[in-house]
Amino acid sequence: MELHDVWFVLIAVLWIGYFFLEGFDFGVGILTKLLARDRPERRVLINTVGPVWDGNEVWLLSAGGATFAAFPEWYATLFSGFYLPLLLILVCLIVRGVAFEYRAKRPEENWQRNWEHAIFWTSLLPAFLWGVAFGNIVHGVKIDQDFEYVGTVGDLLNPYALLGGLVTLTLFTFHGAVFTALKTVGDIRRRARKLATKVGLLTAVLALVFLLWTQIDSGDGKSLVALVVAVAALVVALVANQAGREGWSFALSGLTIVAAVTMLFLTLFPNVMPSSLNADWNLTVTNASSSPYTLKIMTWCAAIATPVVMVYQAWTYWVFRKRIGTQHLAEPAH
Amino acid sequence: MDLALAPETLARWQFGITTVYHFLFVPLTISLAALTAGLQTAWVRTEKEKYLRATKFWGKLFLINIAMGVVTGIVQEFQFGMNWSDYSRFVGDVFGAPLAFEALIAFFFESTFIGLWIFGWDKLPKKIHLACIWMVSIGTLLSAYFILAANSWMQHPVGYRINEAKGRAELTDFWLVLTQNTALNQVFHSFSAAFLTGGAFMVGIAAFHLMRKRHIPEMRTSLRLGLVTLAVGGLLTAVSGDTLGKVMYEQQPMKMAAAEALWDGEEPAPFSVFAYGDVDKGHNKVALEIPGLLSFLAHSDFESYVPGINDTNEALQKKFGPGDYKPIVPVAYWGFRWMIGFGMASLSLGLVGLWLTRKRFLLPAALRTGEDEVPRLVLLKKPLGAKLTRLYWLLALWTMAFPLIANSWGWIFTEMGRQPWVVYGVMQTRDAVSPGVSQAEILTSMIAFTVLYAILAVVEVKLLVKYVKAGPPELTEADLNPPTKIGGDSRDADKPMAFSY
Repeated sequence: MELHDVWFVLIAVLWIGYFFLEGFDFGVGILTKLLARDRPERRVLINTVGPVWDGNEVWLLSAGGATFAAFPEWYATLFSGFYLPLLLILVCLIVRGVAFEYRAKRPEENWQRNWEHAIFWTSLLPAFLWGVAFGNIVHGVKIDQDFEYVGTVGDLLNPYALLGGLVTLTLFTFHGAVFTALKTVGDIRRRARKLATKVGLLTAVLALVFLLWTQIDSGDGKSLVALVVAVAALVVALVANQAGREGWSFALSGLTIVAAVTMLFLTLFPNVMPSSLNADWNLTVTNASSSPYTLKIMTWCAAIATPVVMVYQAWTYWVFRKRIGTQHLAEPAH
Repeated sequence: MDLALAPETLARWQFGITTVYHFLFVPLTISLAALTAGLQTAWVRTEKEKYLRATKFWGKLFLINIAMGVVTGIVQEFQFGMNWSDYSRFVGDVFGAPLAFEALIAFFFESTFIGLWIFGWDKLPKKIHLACIWMVSIGTLLSAYFILAANSWMQHPVGYRINEAKGRAELTDFWLVLTQNTALNQVFHSFSAAFLTGGAFMVGIAAFHLMRKRHIPEMRTSLRLGLVTLAVGGLLTAVSGDTLGKVMYEQQPMKMAAAEALWDGEEPAPFSVFAYGDVDKGHNKVALEIPGLLSFLAHSDFESYVPGINDTNEALQKKFGPGDYKPIVPVAYWGFRWMIGFGMASLSLGLVGLWLTRKRFLLPAALRTGEDEVPRLVLLKKPLGAKLTRLYWLLALWTMAFPLIANSWGWIFTEMGRQPWVVYGVMQTRDAVSPGVSQAEILTSMIAFTVLYAILAVVEVKLLVKYVKAGPPELTEADLNPPTKIGGDSRDADKPMAFSY
């Protein structure tokens, strides 16, 4: 395994970490309209992710920065090519971060309600758009011999990618619902479990179609294994949720995300962004990667930093391990 | 295509708008994190309640500010790929590494521990909770360090070679990129300017309350802390600015000649106080100068030769081929002056304040004030009258904005002064833009960010004003009885959280 292969794996790890973690906080954001009945319940939801959403989002920044350093051509083609969808994602993430921090800082009804709308939409849109983006990356887009994206925005909205968007949207919502069941007490916990079952079944159908489509398109033996793991984990997560085993259910919905994203990266390798125009114009781990020296330094950095990050982020989750209910909300101080 | 709306022009505007805006929050974040951590340390060590109230007060303002810093920083991570894809392809091997380090080391640190700090008041024992804000502070400093090292490489590329076959720059010495003198000087200069900014912020707000005789114990402490930070930060900014300037005279003579509107080299060279000239013909019509001072600023003596814009341009044409290597001279000239002027004005206010509010030194014993009194402003042996006292508080309030203006112009000067280069001597800005991104796309994103940022600026400032006016909060039972166990003491399962969104 050469260093650029290692970095392909590491980039996959960063995206998996991002979707696993921000996946449930996107889901919780979506549940503020799907599950919560009133403001105290919305506050309960928001506070389950309050201490951690920011740390979760850094996985995205790390994926971006690491792609820039390890695969500059990939970084350049991807973000200049998927320009408008990425712009929309960035606008959402900006508004979302401010919404979390500022919502409770004023007592006015309008103020709080507007930021709550913002939390819902800015969670829903990226949850959908990241699936569309990854659908396109895996499927291949119009890339010319200079590695420039020459398609239009419309080309990105093809059926396969849109289905990918629906899969991430539903999967993250499911992941968020089982997370809510795990992190709350009272009525909302019971309803989160019920909602998780419904969303989970829908996710299972969509994910099965999308992953089979991927498998038939460009799969091999390894990706088939990942597919089976993803679908099996999702089914068992549903069973565990039904049985009230919330910890297991969350671990397994997480495993679904891990396996599904792994499958996408397995079908991608050794490409990083295939061209739908000409296979010679594919961006690959070799022609898109940085020099061995840069990759070596980056490997050292990632090898030391990533495990440390995982330890202190895991510790954060342990610190905030207590379940939250409406009775735990602090009196708003204004 | 009309140059005013060419993708390159729009991409530059977008970069300028989003980056200057982002950097309004960065220095405040850096300094307020450390200052809040310092106040909390004082609380943990002395258990005086005024320190805890001050920690909560400045901590709240810090959080309102860092939220904006964080979200506007997201754009920076992706903007290179979106608008500057040819730049990214060419320099990613070198420039990407510090950015990745920044994310993997600094961003994770900041973002994770800020969550622990915000929500951790009733979940973490006192000292561990205190450690969290220090971790955030370290994160902010590391983050700034890596990104400044990356920028320094654009100012003065080192530790790389050009790979002709692949048509790109490749890293050969990462350590050199992190430790070259441009980087160290920029880091020194930016860090001290950050503390100048935070100090002025603290002084201004403390003055606001002291003028109204409110929250005196906390604001008295804050005023002192702010003044010391402002004065020390300001002096170090001046010192580091001088060394950075000397480095720039070696590395980018054009930038510094433009900063002085020095069209033709002179020996000895004067420092320009005011100039108005004809940029196309390359000379000044009006010039007010201090003889020899520029030679001193550049080379530490009053005699030596300093090259001018016209001769540097010719030298660069010989080296890099035909072309115009001048930046926009008025922007560099005035940017340089506004940076120094607004920075120095803040520093002076700090030094004057430090003298006026001295506690004992050369102060008649009768004029000393107690812990819960508004400090008297004493010039020599008599306190200032009510009008002058009020004037100082008002000046302090208004100069809060000065370092922000100085920082912005500092960046505009150093970035625009490097033009036409994006990486000095290696790559020109016009070759760096994304060839595949259309004018309409760039225009859309530029407008989207500008409008969004303008709205958020209004929201943020209003929120800051609200919390500034509210003053330090009353302490609660929970504040004074921090938990002894990690995760919180489990005395009452239904006890409300100390803080929730």
